Amino acid sequence: MSYAVKSLAQGSRELIAFRIGEQEFCVNIMSVREIRGWTQATPMPHAPAYVLGVINLRGAVLPIVDLSARLGMKDAEPSARHVIIVAQVKNRVVGLLVEAVSDILTITEENIQPVPEISSDLEKQYARGILAIDKRMICMIELDALFAEKALDKESEAA
Amino acid sequence: MDMNEIKEIFFQECEEQLAELESGLLKLNDGDRDPETVNAVFRAVHSIKGGAGAFGLDDLVAFAHVFETTLDCVRSNKLEPNQDVLKVMLKSADVLADLVTCSRDGGSVEESRTKTLVKELEALANGEMPSAAAEAPKPAAKAAPAAAAAPAPTDDSGFQPIPFTFDGFGGDEEAVLGNVFDISFKPTRELYSKGNEAALLLRDLSRLGEMSIACDMDTLPAFESMDPEASYFGWKISLKTAKSEDEVRAVFEFAEWDCELDVKPAEASEDEEQPMVPVPFDLSALDDGPAEPAAPAPAVVAAAETASNVTKAVAAAVEKKESAAAAAAAAAQNNAAAAAASAGQTIRVDLDRVDRLINLVGELVINQAMLSQSVIENDATGTSAVNMGLEELQQLTREIQDSVMAIRAQPVKPVFQRMSRIVREVADMVGKQIRLVTEGENTEVDKTVIDKIAEPLTHMIRNAVDHGIESPEKREAAGKDPEGTIKLSAKHRSGRILIELQDDGGGINRERVKQKAIDNDLIAPDANLTDEEIDNLIFAPGFSTADQISDISGRGVGMDVVKRSIQALGGRISISSKPGQGSIFTMSLPLTLAVLDGMVVTVAGQTLVVPLTAIVETLQPEASAIHSFGATQRLISIRNSFCPLVDVGRILNFRSTQANPVEGVALLVESEGGGQRALMVDAIQGQRQVVIKSLEANYTHVPGIAAATILGDGRVALILDVDAVVAASRGQSLKPEMSLAATG
Repeated sequence: MSYAVKSLAQGSRELIAFRIGEQEFCVNIMSVREIRGWTQATPMPHAPAYVLGVINLRGAVLPIVDLSARLGMKDAEPSARHVIIVAQVKNRVVGLLVEAVSDILTITEENIQPVPEISSDLEKQYARGILAIDKRMICMIELDALFAEKALDKESEAA
Repeated sequence: MDMNEIKEIFFQECEEQLAELESGLLKLNDGDRDPETVNAVFRAVHSIKGGAGAFGLDDLVAFAHVFETTLDCVRSNKLEPNQDVLKVMLKSADVLADLVTCSRDGGSVEESRTKTLVKELEALANGEMPSAAAEAPKPAAKAAPAAAAAPAPTDDSGFQPIPFTFDGFGGDEEAVLGNVFDISFKPTRELYSKGNEAALLLRDLSRLGEMSIACDMDTLPAFESMDPEASYFGWKISLKTAKSEDEVRAVFEFAEWDCELDVKPAEASEDEEQPMVPVPFDLSALDDGPAEPAAPAPAVVAAAETASNVTKAVAAAVEKKESAAAAAAAAAQNNAAAAAASAGQTIRVDLDRVDRLINLVGELVINQAMLSQSVIENDATGTSAVNMGLEELQQLTREIQDSVMAIRAQPVKPVFQRMSRIVREVADMVGKQIRLVTEGENTEVDKTVIDKIAEPLTHMIRNAVDHGIESPEKREAAGKDPEGTIKLSAKHRSGRILIELQDDGGGINRERVKQKAIDNDLIAPDANLTDEEIDNLIFAPGFSTADQISDISGRGVGMDVVKRSIQALGGRISISSKPGQGSIFTMSLPLTLAVLDGMVVTVAGQTLVVPLTAIVETLQPEASAIHSFGATQRLISIRNSFCPLVDVGRILNFRSTQANPVEGVALLVESEGGGQRALMVDAIQGQRQVVIKSLEANYTHVPGIAAATILGDGRVALILDVDAVVAASRGQSLKPEMSLAATG
């Protein structure tokens, strides 16, 4: 706790970095509830392709999103080595399927570079910046933006 | 705790008091003359008034006060609670309930309604007892005491009774100090614990007239056994006043339930003042009591009598015979009594907390099932100690689940009570005499079911009053009691709750129903229907009773809506009717909405749960029974009727081509429209009770899927929404209304 307070005081923040294919991404650690192994999901009828189905997370029904497919890359082929990042998006909990979690980064605002202009609309929607750490390029994702949708917003207002 | 929270508690308590009030009035209506019932009714109104006063809800206070005054006449046997009186009172209870609702949610009650009732109540109160004004003046509201005081007599003890005269309503009353009351007032412990003060009450009393007072200390125990918070003193008061007995009683208005109070006119014509008696109080016990607990304390009996001709001897005795040990025993006894009093109490718990507990227990049950399954897989013989332990654990978890579910269970009483009001109002409106008899109102069912049953039940009650029961003239002509009876009963039957609504009216007019159905194209003109089939036509959508539209039941909602809302709860409704004798509506509902009895089936490799209530029968189709119909439709012939086949896997997009019906199982289901469909599934795995989990919490609503559940292997299984699947098979699209971030 004291560590977090100290970090905040210095204007830095913590991110969880993970890998999908050859690329690395990261999300704010505050939105991550837990990380767990892949279990077979129950497919949902009429679901978009990137929704793999739902799993049982200690009694709650948790939808699993193939983040690779969601980001417009090729569909994941889930295996026992894949992990699920259980994240809070607005008032819902969503499981994000990624290949591996690499590390926890502590960064300050200076580490974040703007997203280059060449990006397509999809990237613009979710990418909030690019980090250069140890010669790696890590894309910072805004989950709320990735799962922001009018219908979703409407429902969260009603809730 | 801020003011709003306290206010919320007050309103919650009001609900309880109103329920108490209504059930009490109904008991009186049924001929119960138990004084305790009258007291309970009075107490309920009184508490509401008291609380409302504290929150400055003036409308509520004003009405409750008039109501209370009239009730007081009943309590003091000045007003006979006959049917007419009770009718007014029941109406008043309704208005009081409305006033409470308005105070909480805003809005206002029609003034004319309140005013009419106030007048009626006042008339009742005045008609029988002109002496007591409907508006009993409160001492607090009165002006300052008059200066003219009678000379104070003194007695030899040196105590001087302090006479007060009180000039309440002008000079003309001052002369008449006719009434003399002997009042005995003994507060109980509760009076003090509620922050009342006897001295203040006595002071108020003294303002009513000339008063002399004597303290009764008979019950004062030995000093060492004295409980500092208990009440030991009583007072005997002689009051000479111009006021009536009711006005004297009004002084004790807010303390009445916490004291023994006796007010009666003095027997003797000459008023004998009872002087205060000096009480010798021996404090020597203080010195040796604590030092030698085992030694008997010196017995000091001090009885005092005065030389004057006191009719009621006031003897104050301070006895110190008891040892300290006895005092301890007495204290223990007190504690035991307090514990006994607290038994049967209830606590208020936030519903969220209960739901969280229920969820956790649901998880526990699933987890236990998963554990059992994996142990069984690794232990073929099933005799190991682990296995035995698990079995016990299973039993325990089931018991925990049952007990937790019982927390949410509530008696149906509040809903039934609301119905009695509706019967009264509607019967008044249509000029019928109807009695509502309720049975089994303590039958318990889950709170959600109770909340959702109220609306369909209201509608059915309105229907029964409006259409079911005939007018008094018609009833008399038919040789029946002009007063109709509607019976509402609830009971448990095989894990469900059965609610029956029975009226002794004319029954269903089958000719008319049939004609209506033909007119509305619901049935063919030459259709040959059984009586039961005709009766059930009233549940058909589009069965309009247009020519009977009235204020009461013709609100554009038909019995089909009632049926649909019952079905949405996983319930069933049926009707049986005998011409000239009445109809019975029977509703069977699940006890809880948290669990569901389902049939576990396999569809395209996926496990689905179909609610058991929807399934009429299951059958293995034979190739000869399957008939193609048009391009894609297929029908299955069941006992000479044709029923459309619906491939669940196809509808839910689990497979792209239709499965071969002969390889699967057909579930004959009945849907909301009343039509039957045969749902094709690949196999039936079994039947079990499943815990319902929300899909909407983290995902979205999925068409065709009602909810999800978690099976013994820990995987999520979807619960089929039979109505939606059937609707989809009719050609209505089953497209997702939205999805999790469908567009980029």
